Amino acid sequence: MPIEPEAGTRAVTFGVEVTPVRVGLGLIFLALAVLPFADLSILGRSPWPVAIEILSGFLRPDFSAVENLGTATALTLAFALGGLAVGVIGGSVLALLSGFAIVRVLAAILRSIHELIWAILLMAVLGPTVVTGILAIALAYSGIFAKVYSEILSEADQRPADVLPPRTDTVSRFAYGRVAVAFPALVSYTSYRLECAIRSSAVLGFIGLPTLGFQLDSFFKQGAYGAVAAVLLIYFALIASMPFWLRRQMVPIYLLGAFVVLLAHPGPPIAGSSLWSFVTHDIVPAPLRNGAWSDGQTWSQAWAWFSALFIAQIGPGLVATLIVAQITLALAGILALTVFPVGVASMTGRIGSTFGNAGLVVGRSTPEYMLAYLFLQMFGPSMLPAILALSLHNGAIIAHLTSRQAAEVCKTLRLDAPRGLNLYFYEILPRIFGPFLALSLYRWEIILRETAILGILGVKTLGFHIDSAISELRIDRAVVLIIFTALLTIAIDALSRALRSRLKLTSVPTTRCDG
Amino acid sequence: MLVALADEQISHGNRLVLSGLSFSIQAGERVALLGRSGAGKSTLLNVLYTRLAASQPVVALVPQDGALVNALSVYHNIYMGRLDQHNALYNLANLIRPRVRDIEQSMACARMVGLDDSLWQPVATLSGGQRQRTAIARALYRGGAVVLADEPVSAVDATQGAQILTALNETFETTILAMHDVDLAVAFSTRLIGLRGGRVQFDGPTAGIERSKILDLYAD
Repeated sequence: MPIEPEAGTRAVTFGVEVTPVRVGLGLIFLALAVLPFADLSILGRSPWPVAIEILSGFLRPDFSAVENLGTATALTLAFALGGLAVGVIGGSVLALLSGFAIVRVLAAILRSIHELIWAILLMAVLGPTVVTGILAIALAYSGIFAKVYSEILSEADQRPADVLPPRTDTVSRFAYGRVAVAFPALVSYTSYRLECAIRSSAVLGFIGLPTLGFQLDSFFKQGAYGAVAAVLLIYFALIASMPFWLRRQMVPIYLLGAFVVLLAHPGPPIAGSSLWSFVTHDIVPAPLRNGAWSDGQTWSQAWAWFSALFIAQIGPGLVATLIVAQITLALAGILALTVFPVGVASMTGRIGSTFGNAGLVVGRSTPEYMLAYLFLQMFGPSMLPAILALSLHNGAIIAHLTSRQAAEVCKTLRLDAPRGLNLYFYEILPRIFGPFLALSLYRWEIILRETAILGILGVKTLGFHIDSAISELRIDRAVVLIIFTALLTIAIDALSRALRSRLKLTSVPTTRCDG
Repeated sequence: MLVALADEQISHGNRLVLSGLSFSIQAGERVALLGRSGAGKSTLLNVLYTRLAASQPVVALVPQDGALVNALSVYHNIYMGRLDQHNALYNLANLIRPRVRDIEQSMACARMVGLDDSLWQPVATLSGGQRQRTAIARALYRGGAVVLADEPVSAVDATQGAQILTALNETFETTILAMHDVDLAVAFSTRLIGLRGGRVQFDGPTAGIERSKILDLYAD
């Protein structure tokens, strides 16, 4: 393939020139290298009967459990809005204080832990209460808002602040010269996040909160596939209709509605006293909790506790997470490069590209967690369902964004440009490979984070061990596992950033829920 | 005397923009700065603003790009001229529910530049000329004895330009304007300062400066 980086972009590591093509091939090679260690077995049964049942469910969706579905839909929206609102407040406060290093570290910790992990952690303390759902979303989102808000504020046009009357007080200066300037960007980012919050809220049902995911799970267990299809259709309708009902003037009314719905929801009482014992007792590693800290014996027991945990859970969990993520990254990339032309009018025609784009958008907005859940029912809890779900979802996202860039390239083509495969290999691919790779590297960290989370469904990645530690009430183990999950995400993020800056691929088109 | 420079030079980073600056400006003068774009008019205006803002309680400013807040209405942008006259709580409340007195006063300034019909429009929706007039109205609302304006009528037609310069002359005792339009500058000033090649080429009463000397500033 005649792909050359632009002049001056060559970087050399260990005597090997780092080019986009080499990095791409290297990532695929890595995926092939770990493939023999991946558990891709289909456990015990053929996937087809379940697949056919799910598909036939879609042909005759069953909305008869309408009361349950209505409540679940209302609660899904209410948790999303409530969590988002608290997250906005928390994120704003953190962004205001982001001058302090300790606050930035706190925000980084909050967002490095996925809302589902927060949820299972909070579930252990508070039970499946309203507060659990709202806090889970709010904690993760306030970390994200803190970062994005302070970035938006610092990138805002500086000039209005420069010409304010010199003796204007700090608060007015900030309100008029910063927040007012950045306000449209702040609002549009926050409303983007509502879609993500609805997704998070629906998925919280899988771990026992009364949202759409809970209904999906229980209908599945009853074998009511028509109702399963109904849940998915409601979810899609909710997301697809957002542009019509999401109006700025309506936000106070929606928030009030969410408040009423949550207040009216009869949940179990919150066990307030357990929070204190959680912080002071449960999360402390067992040997340190029981022994005297001045005793050397205690610390050697703590080390033995940690190494046992590492060998049995952290190590295998890390390895499984990395294997799934690596194969997924390669598959998603290959899938995206194969299918992105379906979204480009110059390559598939006007009608073809309309349908192609629609397909990519559906693939992009199907939550990977629900997809993985469906595949898990079909294939059993091996790595296969996680790899398939994440590759499809992420492949569709990368393909969607790449096809938009390819469409831009097509606008500038000469009149006598080649057609068909020659167009693809000579004109399009060389031009979009750099941005495509940047995007894939960027999604590496997101894929890894999602992989860890899918463990909660039963795939033996880090999330699986976190979930089982919590259900065994071994919170101390769960906390250590969570720390390692966060560290792994941060490490891959740093590696991806380093590669991108090495290849001078800095600008990355992003989608709504990237954080 | 309001401000004085004694053989001073102004640099942007390492680049010397203006040198040998020696002049003073008295209260009541109507000064127009002339010169090609890049001659240092804006630079000089910024230096004068910094000096004046340090010695005067209130100095009004019309920066070249307007420096408006796009998301806020014309009213709020005008109000921003007096943010230092109120406490933070009052200013925050004004974002949500402005007081009648403040609306009336800023309406009066908007009327002087012909913007009274668009007081509640977001600035983002305005044309270039309307934006420029918003920035003028903000300076009028700020008030005080001195205004500095950087090409304040570059985006409006000649009639409106004259109307705006009249409003500035009526409101402020002293005006210091960087001007791109020679005829308007001559008509509305009492003193001309011509800049070229990093130096002051002429500086004196408007009536005593020949037309040809002014045109020399722009000659190739």
